[in-house]
Amino acid sequence: MENGAVLEMRGICKYFPGVRALEDVDFTLREGEIHALMGENGAGKSTLIKVLTGVYPKDGGEINLTGVASNAHIRSPQDAQKLGIATVYQEITLCPNLTVAENMYIGRTKGHLTNWKKINADAEKLLDELGIPALATQQLGSCSIAVQQMVAIARAVDMDCKVLILDEPTSSLDEQEVLKLFNLMRSLKEKGVGIIFVTHFLEQVYEVCDRITVLRDGKLVGEYIIEDLPRVKLVSKMLGKDFDDMADIKSESDADNIDYNDIPVYEAKDLTGTTGIKPFDFEIHKGEVNGFTGLLGSGRSECVRAIFGADKTNGGKVWVNGKQVKINKPLDAMKNGISYLPEDRKLDGIVGDLSVRDNIILALQVMKGFFRPFTRAQAEAFADEYIKLLSIKTASSESPVNSLSGGNQQKVILARWLLANPVYLILDEPTRGIDIGTKVEIQKLVLKLAAEGKSVTFISSEIDEMIRTCSSLIVMRDGKVVGELKGDDLNQNKIMATIAGGEGK
Amino acid sequence: MTESNNTIGSGKSFKGFVGRLVQNQLFIPIAALLVLVIFNLAADPSFFKITLDQNSAGDPVLSGYLITIVDYASELAILAIGMTLVTAASGGQDISVGATIAIAGSVVLRVLCGTDSRPEKMQAPIIVAFLICVIVSALFGAFNGALVAFFKIQPMVATLILFTAGRSIAAWINNNELPIISDPSFGYYGNFIPGIPLPTPVFIAALCMVVIALVLKFTNLRLYAQAVGINPSSSRLNGINPQMIKFLTFVILGVCVAVAGFIKVSRLSTINYSVVAKDIEMDVILAVALGGNALSGGKFNMTASILGAYVIQFLTTTLLKFKVDSAAISAYKAVVVIILVVLSAPFVRKKIGELRKKITARKVKAAKEGV
Repeated sequence: MENGAVLEMRGICKYFPGVRALEDVDFTLREGEIHALMGENGAGKSTLIKVLTGVYPKDGGEINLTGVASNAHIRSPQDAQKLGIATVYQEITLCPNLTVAENMYIGRTKGHLTNWKKINADAEKLLDELGIPALATQQLGSCSIAVQQMVAIARAVDMDCKVLILDEPTSSLDEQEVLKLFNLMRSLKEKGVGIIFVTHFLEQVYEVCDRITVLRDGKLVGEYIIEDLPRVKLVSKMLGKDFDDMADIKSESDADNIDYNDIPVYEAKDLTGTTGIKPFDFEIHKGEVNGFTGLLGSGRSECVRAIFGADKTNGGKVWVNGKQVKINKPLDAMKNGISYLPEDRKLDGIVGDLSVRDNIILALQVMKGFFRPFTRAQAEAFADEYIKLLSIKTASSESPVNSLSGGNQQKVILARWLLANPVYLILDEPTRGIDIGTKVEIQKLVLKLAAEGKSVTFISSEIDEMIRTCSSLIVMRDGKVVGELKGDDLNQNKIMATIAGGEGK
Repeated sequence: MTESNNTIGSGKSFKGFVGRLVQNQLFIPIAALLVLVIFNLAADPSFFKITLDQNSAGDPVLSGYLITIVDYASELAILAIGMTLVTAASGGQDISVGATIAIAGSVVLRVLCGTDSRPEKMQAPIIVAFLICVIVSALFGAFNGALVAFFKIQPMVATLILFTAGRSIAAWINNNELPIISDPSFGYYGNFIPGIPLPTPVFIAALCMVVIALVLKFTNLRLYAQAVGINPSSSRLNGINPQMIKFLTFVILGVCVAVAGFIKVSRLSTINYSVVAKDIEMDVILAVALGGNALSGGKFNMTASILGAYVIQFLTTTLLKFKVDSAAISAYKAVVVIILVVLSAPFVRKKIGELRKKITARKVKAAKEGV
């Protein structure tokens, strides 16, 4: 075995009926390194992780853990845990109604009597050591998502793990929380823990990782030291082709054609939500793409939810195409030509067990009315049209939507709202947790829609993406609109300054 | 009744046909039915004998165990329609149907009898009694629905109220008397219409099935109920009102209860408040489960549920025929339930599928080696 390696996977194969999910993949993790596992959706990252953690049995190859086991048989997550492999998933898998300490030691206490005093003290010590801002006796649910994630990591660390797998840990964190998480990762690295970091965020990889392993179509592309692989090259390795689409997206858009003296497609005055946002004014014109930005919790999602009627509003006036309307519930908004792609795809977007077809026609069907169902042929035609248009990868339009990958699920919801033929389309985090190829497709689609005369509000956590697609940005802080940026002001520095409120100070 | 993918199409080859059948949601109820049929054939083929007799009034009637099954399964099938919708939309079950059937039946008798508990003549047309019963039952359904949809109480807890109170309310409606209708025309709906040899409940159940098939075809009830059951939050953002849909399914179940209650009192021309439709809710829920529908809500298959109702009745009748003590029937049913539930668990079905594939592969290999 290679010197300093804590984990070696050699020639790993995994087959599913009709699919080669992994073919002859090698992966090496060294002591005290942060190793990024990169690849597009479907490249085999999750499968590799699942083989390593015993969720799937492997069909070939061997897994060696230095000093613990050679050619280890990992048949269940419990086996993996015993061998010192710990995993922290994107979704928190702890119990929010227990205390932090209880969560850290649950299922690991010996005997029937539990010395909570000692456990609380131990937990407190560990939290302190790792610099996690939480009290041992605090209810986990009262901590922020980031802290909850750190507690999950602390639990793993305390179980003496040699290999820590972080599967998309940052996708629901804001930037400051990400920084805290990175500090924690670095301090673990110094303790000699090997960390596998799975993420979609390229910037984060370059900020914290030492090495990158790239997978594509179930095969190993290569292992690289971070300094040797510039970002552009990484992207091209992941996609298997040179990638210059990202740079020239913006040039396709035509922001100058928007007539700002026109009657706005949508206009709100003093709109107030019941979810903690301050009254705000907002208007959007034909063919305009604008965005809401701000840190997580700044109220950007709450604003668009208020516009769509997803949350109750209390006060304010709304005009659609110059006509005053009342939007009290989503159906009101839909009937006025407004569509809304929600931030949380699983919770608010897809209807899991229903077929791709039913998911696509849902919104249009509801607008048409309870007593006027589409015929099967109509529904099939709609579904097939949009599956083709957005190149949704699905076995058939009959497949349940939750059998699709995240990016394709997102496309299904996009298809649903495009089919509703809106004049004003609100997209809240449409690119979260999906691969770069699909991200670019969605950005291009947004600009194409705008060119066709639709208005789009585009929200993203990635400021780069916003700058590329939006012609104006509304900046929010603590539930309040604190600025609107246009034209030359649309650059990273100016946006950051406005978000942080650094102006004039 | 269901989407075309649920009907058993004519397969090109027998093997493809079997493969599709095993994956079909109708497989479990059909297989259960087959097992019962084979068992009865082996034990006593006279089970399937149908004879044309004359009843006491001199009219020709068909009799035999099969007729008994389709006759007595009618109420179950009708209730299974409503219960399937409630299950799909609310992810829970209504356990008050037995008690509300007592209420519905009591209302029918009260309207027909007026103030006299043994009237010479009915005091109101039967159709009026039936319509009032439908309205009252729908209101009780609405009560359950409101508790579930608007007050967000778990269905089983919400319906526990009427489960407990229903039979007392039923007795109270008729001042705790036991009215008897002597007019034979009232008995037509639960027994035979003179001249027609099939029991009337069979036709009523068939009519209900046609109605629900039309409703599912010409409205979006299926899509809405499924969407609400799977993801209420997403449904709301797509313009559906999840609370109204849940409420609606309970009202529909209320109407089903009215029809079932009407049949029940017509069978005997009287009512026994504490016994009528006792434990029927369990059979109905079992029918829905047997049809392969998730009791946690979401996707449903109406045909499978209705078929499940007939299978349950087939089982009950088989047990009665073999002189199983009526008190012990529940225990036998429990055994069958365990088998069915285990067989229909996705985990087991997957294993069966894998086994089937292995056997096929071995056969193919053997055939190749033979060449």
